[in-house]
Amino acid sequence: MSTFFTIAVIVLVFLIIFQIAKASEYVSVLKGEEKSRKENNKLNGFFMIAFLVLGLIGVYWCNDMFYSKTLMAQGAASEQGEKVDSMLFLTLIITGIVFVITQVALFWFAFRYQENDKRKAYFFPHNNMMEIIWTVIPAIALTVLVVIGLRNWFSFTGEAPKNALQVEVTGMQFKWIFRYAGKDNTFGKKYYKMIDANNSLGLMWKDSADINIKDDPAAHDDIVAEFTMYCVKNRPVKLRIGSRDVIHDVGLSHFRMKMDAVPGTPTTMWFTPLYTTKEMKEKLGNPDFEYEISCDQMCGNGHYSMRGIVKVVTQPEFDAWIASQHSAYSSAFPPPPVPTADTAKKMAVVVAKK
Amino acid sequence: MSNEAVLHANVEGATAHDAHHDHGEHHEHHHHETFISKYVFSMDHKMIAKQFLITGMVWAILGGLMSVLFRLELGYPDTKFMFLQDILGKWWVQDGRITAQAYYALVTTHGTVLVFFVLTAGLSGTFANFLIPLQVGARDMASPFLNMLSYWFFFMASVVMLSSIFVETGPFSGGWTAYPPLSALRDASPGSGRGMDLWVIAMALFVVSSLLGGLNYIVTILNMRTKGMSMTRLPLTIWALFFTAVLGVLSFPVLLSGFILLIFDRNFGTSFYLSDIFVNGVGALPNEGGNAILFQHLFWFLGHPEVYIILLPAMGMVSEILSVNSRKPIFGYMAMVGSLFAIAILAFLVWAHHMFVTGLNPLLGSIFVLLTLLIAVPSAIKVFNWLTTLWRGNIRFTPAMMFAIGFVSLFISGGLTGIWLGNSALDIHLHDTMFVVAHFHIVMGVASMFGMFAGIYHWYPKMYGRYLNNTLGYIHFWVTMAGAYLIFWPMHYEGLAGMPRRYYSYSAWESFKQFGGLNQFISTVALIVFAVQILFLFNFFYSIWKGRKLTTQNPYGSNTLEWTTPIRPGHGNWTGEIPEVYRWAYDYAKDGREFIPQTTPVDPNETNH
Repeated sequence: MSTFFTIAVIVLVFLIIFQIAKASEYVSVLKGEEKSRKENNKLNGFFMIAFLVLGLIGVYWCNDMFYSKTLMAQGAASEQGEKVDSMLFLTLIITGIVFVITQVALFWFAFRYQENDKRKAYFFPHNNMMEIIWTVIPAIALTVLVVIGLRNWFSFTGEAPKNALQVEVTGMQFKWIFRYAGKDNTFGKKYYKMIDANNSLGLMWKDSADINIKDDPAAHDDIVAEFTMYCVKNRPVKLRIGSRDVIHDVGLSHFRMKMDAVPGTPTTMWFTPLYTTKEMKEKLGNPDFEYEISCDQMCGNGHYSMRGIVKVVTQPEFDAWIASQHSAYSSAFPPPPVPTADTAKKMAVVVAKK
Repeated sequence: MSNEAVLHANVEGATAHDAHHDHGEHHEHHHHETFISKYVFSMDHKMIAKQFLITGMVWAILGGLMSVLFRLELGYPDTKFMFLQDILGKWWVQDGRITAQAYYALVTTHGTVLVFFVLTAGLSGTFANFLIPLQVGARDMASPFLNMLSYWFFFMASVVMLSSIFVETGPFSGGWTAYPPLSALRDASPGSGRGMDLWVIAMALFVVSSLLGGLNYIVTILNMRTKGMSMTRLPLTIWALFFTAVLGVLSFPVLLSGFILLIFDRNFGTSFYLSDIFVNGVGALPNEGGNAILFQHLFWFLGHPEVYIILLPAMGMVSEILSVNSRKPIFGYMAMVGSLFAIAILAFLVWAHHMFVTGLNPLLGSIFVLLTLLIAVPSAIKVFNWLTTLWRGNIRFTPAMMFAIGFVSLFISGGLTGIWLGNSALDIHLHDTMFVVAHFHIVMGVASMFGMFAGIYHWYPKMYGRYLNNTLGYIHFWVTMAGAYLIFWPMHYEGLAGMPRRYYSYSAWESFKQFGGLNQFISTVALIVFAVQILFLFNFFYSIWKGRKLTTQNPYGSNTLEWTTPIRPGHGNWTGEIPEVYRWAYDYAKDGREFIPQTTPVDPNETNH
C-alpha cells in the first residue's frame, strides 16, 4: 500500500513540476522571450556562484566527516604504506591546489561574465605565451609526481630482502589458502591436477606416471593453512601468489599493497609490517581490529565474502605458532600411533596408492 | 564528391518535403518515402542519428534503473523490498533483497550498457551522424547505406543484450571487463553460461556497428567537406568526432579479436587464456599454457581508447557550445585540435595502467606511468582553454551552456584523480577500490553524459524544429549536477578506506563496514537523480510534438553550417546549393560584430587574427 502511495506522490510531484515549467514557458512568451531569458540568465548566474560556494563548503564538510574513517587517519601499517601515504598527501596537495583554482575560475567567470547589455564579448582567439605557460607548468608538476612515484614503484616491485619470510598465497572461489615452506625451508613442487579433497594445493606427494609427476620430498613438510596468514613484525614478508581457478586479488589495504592472483601465472609482492595486530588493536582502540585480506578482483558471486586475515606477531610468537603446526601431508595422512618419520612416509605412500 | 549525384534525387525530394512542412504539422507528407523508409530503414543521417539517440536513451534508462536497483541493495541492505520481488521474481530478489547473483548481473550489465550502448553508440552514434554532414556541408554520409547498417547492427546487438537478461542462468555477471577465466568458464559462475554467450555475441555485433559507423565518419569528414571548408576551418565538434572515429576503427578490431579467442576458449577447447585451473565441483581442466593476462592486454587496448571514444565527442560539443554561448571564439583553436590529437595518440599507449597489479614487468609499468601522466598535459590545455573562452565573454546560460560548464567542472574533478591513479605506486593502493569507481564515473560517465545532454539541449531545435522546455532543463541540470557530486565525491573516501568495488555486502568486514550511513545517503541521492532523468525524458518526448516552435533558422546566432539549413531540413539538408565556406567557425565578437557565419565572405577590411 505504502508503495502505491509513494508512487502516487512521485507522480504528483512530477506533474506539479511539469505544470510549473509549462506555465513559466507561457509566461515568458507573454512577457517577451528576450526579457524572461535575461531574467533566467541572472538567476542561473547567481546559482553558479552559489554552487561554487556551497560546493567548496561541502568539500570541506565531507572531509571533516569522513577523513577519520579512512585509512589515512590510522596511518599505514607497513614501511611501504608510509611511503604511499606521503606520496598520496603530496599528490593531494598538488591536485587540490589545481582543483580549487580551476573550479573557482570556472564558476567565477561564469558568474562574472554572464550576459550584460553593456558589455561586449572580447575577441580573444589565442595567445601563444599563455598556452605555453599552461603547458609547461603542468608538465613540471607531473614530472615531480612521476619521479617520486617511480622511485616508490621500483622499490615496491623490486626484489624482496633476503631475510624475508616467504608465504605462498593461493586464491580459490571463495577463500584463501596459505602455505609455508616447513622445516626444510623449501616449497615443495605442486601441480594442479593433483588437487583433491585432502590436497587443496595439489602438492606432489606421490608418483603419478600418467601425468609425469614425481613425488617431491620437499612437499611433505609444507604447512598449509586457510583463512589466517601469520607474519612477523618488522620482518619483510614475501608473498608468492597464485590462484586455483579464476583471477583473484590479494588486497591488503592496511599495508597499502595489492597483487592479482592469476591461475597459471605466479606473481609476487612483498612488504614489511610495522605493527602487530595486538598493537593495532590498542592503537585504534578497537578490540575487533584485524588486518583483513580482501579479494579485489571480481571472481564470482561470492567475491564479496572472500575474506582472509593477516596476523602480525612478534618473531617468538611466530616461532611458537609454526612449531605447533602439522604439515599438510601429516594432516592428510595421519601417521600410525608410534611411527618413525620414515615409516610414516612409507605408510602414507601405500595408503595413497590404494 | 561522387555521391552528390546519387543524392540528387533526394534533394529534389527534400525541397518538396520542406515546402510542405512550412504549412503545418502534418505527418502525412511522404511523397517519395514510406513510413518504413523514413522512420525505420532510413538512410537519412539525421533520422539515423535520432534512432541512435532514442535507442541510447532507452538503454540509459535501463542501465540507470539497474544502478538504482543495486544501489538499493548497497544502501538499504536491511530493508525488504517485497514489491520488487513481485515484479522481478525470485531469481533477482529473494526475501525482499536483491540476490548476490542478481547484484553482480546488474553491476555487469549496467557497466556494459552504459559504456558501449549509451556513451558510445548513444553519444558518438547520435552526434557524429547528426553533426558531421550538417557541419562539414554534405548532403549525407559518404555511404548512407552503411550508415543504416551501422544502426541496425547496433539494434541487433541491443536485442541480443536485452535477451541475455531473460535467460535462466541470468545475464553475464563477471564485470563489464569480462576477464577470463571467470568469463570463460561456465562452471565458475552461473552468469558465465548462456548469459555470457549472448553477451559476447551482442558485443561482437556492436563492434561491427561501431566499425561501419566509424569508417563512414572518417571518410565523410575527409572527402565530403563543402567548398572552402579546409580542415582548419572545421568546428571542434567535427575534429573531436574525427579523432573518435579513428580511435574506434583502430581499437575495436583488437577487442573483437580478444572476444574471438574467448569464444574459442569457451566453446572449442582452446587454451588462449586458460591454464592450471581447478574448478570447484568440476575438477582439474585439461587446459594448460594459456595466459589470462593476455585478454586484459587485448581488452584494454580497446578499453582505454574507449574512454576517449566516450569523452572526445563530449569535449568537441562542449567546445562548440561554450564558444557559441560565450559569444566569443574558442580560445586556442589550434591548441584544442593539437591536444585532441595528442590525446588520441596517447590513448593507444596507456592501456596497461589498468593492469599495474597484474604482476606486469615493473619497467613496462613505469613506461605506462610516464605516458599516462603525459595525458594530463593536453587535458590541462583543454581545461585552461575552456576557462579562457569563458573569460570576458557575454555568457548566455542556455541549458546546453549549463551542461557544458558542468562538464568542465566534472572533467577537472575526475581528471585530477586520474593523476592519483595513473601513478602506479599509488594505484597499488587505490586499484579496484571505490576510489576508482568515483574517478571514472565522474570523468568518463557523468562528464560525458553532461556532454551528451549539452548536445541534446543545443541541437534539439535542429533535430525536431522545436525547443525543449527551459525550466525543466534548468531543474534537470541543477539536480543532476549537485547529485553527481553528492554521489561520487564522498565515494573517494570509501576508496581511501580501501573499500573494494563490486562488493555485494560490506557487513562482514571490520575494515569497510563504517560506511553504512554514507552508502544509504549515496543510494538515496542516486534515486532522486534518476527520477530527474525521467523528467528529462518526459521533456524530450513531450517537446517533440508540443514544444515551443523554432521560428528562426539560427536561434543561437551561431556560425556553423547546420544553422544555414531550413528549420526542418529534409534528406539532403540544403534545398539549394550547399553553401560555400569562407572562414573558420569561431568569428564571434570580431570587429564589433556579434557573429559572422562561416558562409560570409571575408571583408577586405576585416582584421586578421
